[in-house]
Amino acid sequence: MPDHTTTLDAIATQVRSKNAGPFWMTLDVFFTSDDEYRFVLESLVISPAAIGDLYQVDPARVRIFELANLHVIKVSFPRNVVAGSFDDRDLHAGQQHVLLAGLTVPVRPAPPGAVMTEGSKGSKVE
Amino acid sequence: MPTTSKESVKIIFPSGMLGSGFSEDLVSRGVEMGATAITIDSGSTDSGPHYLGSGTAKTAASAIKRDLRILLVAARHAHIPLVVGSCGTAGTDGGVDWVAEIALGIAKEERLTFNLARIYSELHSEVLVGALKAGKIRPLPPNDQVDTETLRSCEHIVGLMGHEPIVAALAAGADVVLAGRATDTAMVAAIALMHDMPAGPAWHAAKTVECGGQCSVSPRGEPGPVFVEIDGGGFTVVPLDENAACTPTSVAAHMLYENSDPFRLFEPPGVLDTSFATYTSIDARTVRVEGSVFEQTSQPTMKLEGSKLAGYETLSFVGIRDPHVLERIDEWLGSVDAVLHQRARSALGLTRDEYRFDLRCYGWNAILGSLEKETGIPREVGVMLKVRADDQDTATAIAQTANVLLLHMPLPGMNHLPSFAFVTSPAEIERGPAYEFVLNHVVEVADGSELVRTSMSEVSGA
Repeated sequence: MPDHTTTLDAIATQVRSKNAGPFWMTLDVFFTSDDEYRFVLESLVISPAAIGDLYQVDPARVRIFELANLHVIKVSFPRNVVAGSFDDRDLHAGQQHVLLAGLTVPVRPAPPGAVMTEGSKGSKVE
Repeated sequence: MPTTSKESVKIIFPSGMLGSGFSEDLVSRGVEMGATAITIDSGSTDSGPHYLGSGTAKTAASAIKRDLRILLVAARHAHIPLVVGSCGTAGTDGGVDWVAEIALGIAKEERLTFNLARIYSELHSEVLVGALKAGKIRPLPPNDQVDTETLRSCEHIVGLMGHEPIVAALAAGADVVLAGRATDTAMVAAIALMHDMPAGPAWHAAKTVECGGQCSVSPRGEPGPVFVEIDGGGFTVVPLDENAACTPTSVAAHMLYENSDPFRLFEPPGVLDTSFATYTSIDARTVRVEGSVFEQTSQPTMKLEGSKLAGYETLSFVGIRDPHVLERIDEWLGSVDAVLHQRARSALGLTRDEYRFDLRCYGWNAILGSLEKETGIPREVGVMLKVRADDQDTATAIAQTANVLLLHMPLPGMNHLPSFAFVTSPAEIERGPAYEFVLNHVVEVADGSELVRTSMSEVSGA
């Protein structure tokens, strides 16, 4: 991974996925603070095109919601296969979040005067 | 029970699923806090199409009985109503009757007397064929319009009732309401609306507590019963376990759960809009919510769920640990796939449209399939063969034909016949009938009770 990028789950506290009924899937990306939430929103990495590519769905069907009060980004789209049908691999869509969690995002630039150290998930700012 | 106006209604919602278990003491605490009613959900589509297709329940009768006994005894002793929604998991007519039989048994054992309402929301396909022809059925995104063949193919079709049939049953004197398929929210909304609470808080409160304590945080991680009070200005929610707490975040976040849109929720009589809702801590464990609004629609609808029999399935499972095979696992899977199709034709005389099968390779890409991005050689894999055909014998015959391939398929260039790791004898396991959800549609109704049937009876356990 290039120095200036990391993955979404290095910044988000949790990325989860679940069915919203048998025909739709919904993912929630939780952040601890407004800073991280705004940074990821403004980076535009979570876009209909990016979701469409990750999950092989039509970007026009992808719905993205910004919940500023909760610092959550929600992504919903129709399931490619109906839950419980022959081709279904994940009845509850419980494991599909790993694709979004692995999305490449830029590393947040350090505020001026900060000391950089190397951690197991890349650089971290003290 | 007469419908009287109150300042507020107080409702105990023990858990998201009757039969999942909850503390009797916590339900008692809710009664002591002056509960107006006890409501609980007993069904969902979450666990797939099997329950609606087969008309069977996901929860064991003993688990239902254990939970229902606590609630019936508590409700009867407090002289407050008990409402159970989506009985029998899928909410079929049979599901309602199944829970009713369990309730009758409890009434006898506990010497309870009460007026029972059974509300059925299963729908006959011909009624919907008529509605379709009258232009009253609409698809929900992403589905296309349904056709009559699909309607008639369903083993069972249910409509999700809202609050109206439940209110009508309670107004007619029911003490215990066992409802067929209903929205998660219908039970709480019914109690609130029949006491003239405003619709925004009523539906939002209902949505918040529909999974019981999942709107709270608990140190033990196990959500327990919640207590919600709905009044003229909003609602207040608190978990009944004193070690758990509702926080503004936990309550607001519940609108995210299993909803594709966190701000607009479609219910039978209209849309709940929570965009401007405010969530405030009243104390360390209690949250006040205000600002939810409800937009009544001029055309009420009932959402439809339908499940059809899609075939019969047989599964086989084999393990592979040999690194020489694992480093060429896609090639191995491709060989098994190709040869099995050949033998289905040559040995069983089947054409491609008479069966389908799939090889799911656990430890490799079973869960994500073609979406999987990671590479690297796995340490071991489990290969599941899933076969579906129009009858069980054909599905099993294909699995039996696959047996030698799963056990011994060599890679091209291998100079010996390998043997892989079955777990069971026989290797194939008959799964029985397989069902699929085929409806994601709404039907226009004159009112919320139009397509629903209610039957009242007096239960005397004395």
